[in-house]
This record gives sequence, structure tokens and C-alpha cells, in this order.
Amino acid sequence: MRDALINLAYVVSAILFIFGLKYMSHPRTAVKGNLISAGAMLLAVVLTLTAIGMVGTYVIAGLVIGGIIGVVLAVKVQMTEMPQLVALFNGFGGAATVFVAGAELLKPDTSTAPDVMLAAALSGLIGAVTFWGSLVAYGKLQELKMFKKPINIPSGAVVNGVMVMILLLLTIFMAGSNWSVLPYILIVIIASILGFTLVVPIGGADMPVVIALLNSYSGLAAAATGFVIDNNVLIISGSLVGASGIILTQIMCKAMNRSLTNVVFGGLQSAAAASGPAAD
Amino acid sequence: RYDALAASLTIFILAIFIGFELITKVPPTLHTPLMSGSNAISGISIVGALIAASADNAPLAAIIGLVAVILATINVVGGYLVTHRMLEMFKPKR
Repeated sequence: MRDALINLAYVVSAILFIFGLKYMSHPRTAVKGNLISAGAMLLAVVLTLTAIGMVGTYVIAGLVIGGIIGVVLAVKVQMTEMPQLVALFNGFGGAATVFVAGAELLKPDTSTAPDVMLAAALSGLIGAVTFWGSLVAYGKLQELKMFKKPINIPSGAVVNGVMVMILLLLTIFMAGSNWSVLPYILIVIIASILGFTLVVPIGGADMPVVIALLNSYSGLAAAATGFVIDNNVLIISGSLVGASGIILTQIMCKAMNRSLTNVVFGGLQSAAAASGPAAD
Repeated sequence: RYDALAASLTIFILAIFIGFELITKVPPTLHTPLMSGSNAISGISIVGALIAASADNAPLAAIIGLVAVILATINVVGGYLVTHRMLEMFKPKR
């Protein structure tokens, strides 16, 4: 009964997220939209704490430590450095899904049904790509030394293709077996390398689009995690972010006169093309 | 249990459609704040993190859950705050 009530209240949270996003896309209502969305998140957290019942030390410690770090980073950042901070936050969100799915695999009472394993594999995969991709995006925007010169991975498309194939095979293997921890760790490691090699060749001027795309990924990772822990609010808000993030990425590409494929796969051309959008 | 999966998939697909329809025309000044704001929403994995951190039958899972709670909370709290700061910059012009 209590679980049913909490699940119903999660729906309220999901509806507020939808309104928040809607309002965020109009100048006059954007501030309100962000506040509504923040309220939805607060509601989701309070409901979860209620559902857990006894709130342990780890929960409180995590909320306090994370809250303090988040406030300090957000308050101290210079206006001009905001995009890279968003990239960093996005990376943390992706990493969180990797850890949530990982923790779930370690619990003795987790189901080893194929769909749960598949969702866990996807959480780890997409989350790790998001984390490392976002870190690279952060590094490029922050103009860290190691990203100053464009890094080209020799025959990058082939290397990435091979990694994607291995990841798919591992994911299928994991879904089909009930022995999951080692394949999961392998998936996270390879996806980490993939996140790095995917973003590293892309030029700094295209980073905002890349962050928007990675943001969409972190939404999908959250949705996948929702399937692992069987939680609707994760599935709903994750897929909202995943889908609206793709649309926003397209809109941003259009504003820059670039196509998405051009940004993602045109690492070599981007150096030449970067002078184009910079002119206007 | 596959009934439950079907229900979850239905919710997933419908939410994807809402996400596609939700954002149509966004003025360029709002691109970055909107990205930042929806990034904060993807911090919803905090819900999963809190559940993982409160696992009392698996100590290792709880510790990994703690890491997840810290990361997700940074994403959520920092994300909403920084979005708010971005939006405040546009406000005086109106």
C-alpha cells in the first residue's frame, strides 16, 4: 500500500519534470521552469528517502558531501566557465549510473533475469561513455594542456568500431548469463576508452553540441538504470532527457550550421570547419 | 514479471515521445541553460544511488552506492544552481 502511494507520488514528480522542461524552453518562463524541475527532483529524493525508511549514515554522508561540493562548484564558477562545469556535472551523472548499476549487481537479491542484466550492461556502457566523454569535453573547454593540440587517433573509426562490437558482444553475453560482475567491469573499462576516443578528435568549437549529446546519453543511462532497479521515475525522467537532449542537440547543430554526423564523425574536418561558424 | 517489464517499456516509449515533442523552438540564448537544466534532471539517478547506498545486506554495494550518491548529488545540486545563475544573467534585460 505504502509502496503504491509512493509510486503514485513519483508520477507527480515526473509531471513536474515535464512542465519544468517545457517552461525552460521559453525565455519568460525559464527561471520558473528550472525551479519547478528542481522541486520535482526534491520531491523524488524525499519520496525515495521515505521509501527507504531507515535513512543510514551513507545516505546522509553522500547527500551532505555531494551537496557541499555541488554548491561550491556552482557558486564559485566564472560566467565564462559555465559550459565546462555543465560538462563536468554531466560526467558525474553518467558515473553515478555506472555505480548504481554496479552496486545493484553486487546485491544478493538482485534478479538475474535477462532484461535486468541487459539494462545493467547498458547503464554501465552509456554511463562510462558519458563520464569519460564529458571529462574530455571539460578538458577541452578548460583548455587543459593535454588537449591544446588536436589529438588524432590512428584509424579512429576502425578502433571505435571494434570497441563497439566488443561492447555489444559483452552486453549480449551479460544478458544471457547470470555471472555478471566481470563482464560488467569489462564493459565499463572498454566503454571508458570509447568515451575518450569518441570525443578526443572533436574540435573545441563543437564542444557545446557534444555536451548536449552526452547529456542526452546520461539521460538514457538513467533510464536504463530505471529498468535495473525497476523505478518509473528514473525511466520517465531519464527518457525525457534522452529524447529532448537529442532534439536540443539538433537545434544547436542547426544554429551552428553543422550537421550532427559532421560534428560526431568529422573530427578531421572540424579543424577546417571551425573557422566557418566562428565567423558569424 | 514480464507483465511488469511490458508496463515499464510502455512508460519508457511514451516518455521518449513526450521528450521529442517537448522541445520545439528554443531561442539560441536558452540553448546552454536548457542543456544545463536537463543535465540536472538526468541526475535523477540519485534515486537509484540512494537506494543502493541503503543496502544493508551488501556492504560493498552500499559503499559503491555512497560514491554514486555523492556524484549524483553534485550533478543535481550543482546543476540546478548553475542553471539558475545562467538564467539570472538574462533577466535584467527584460
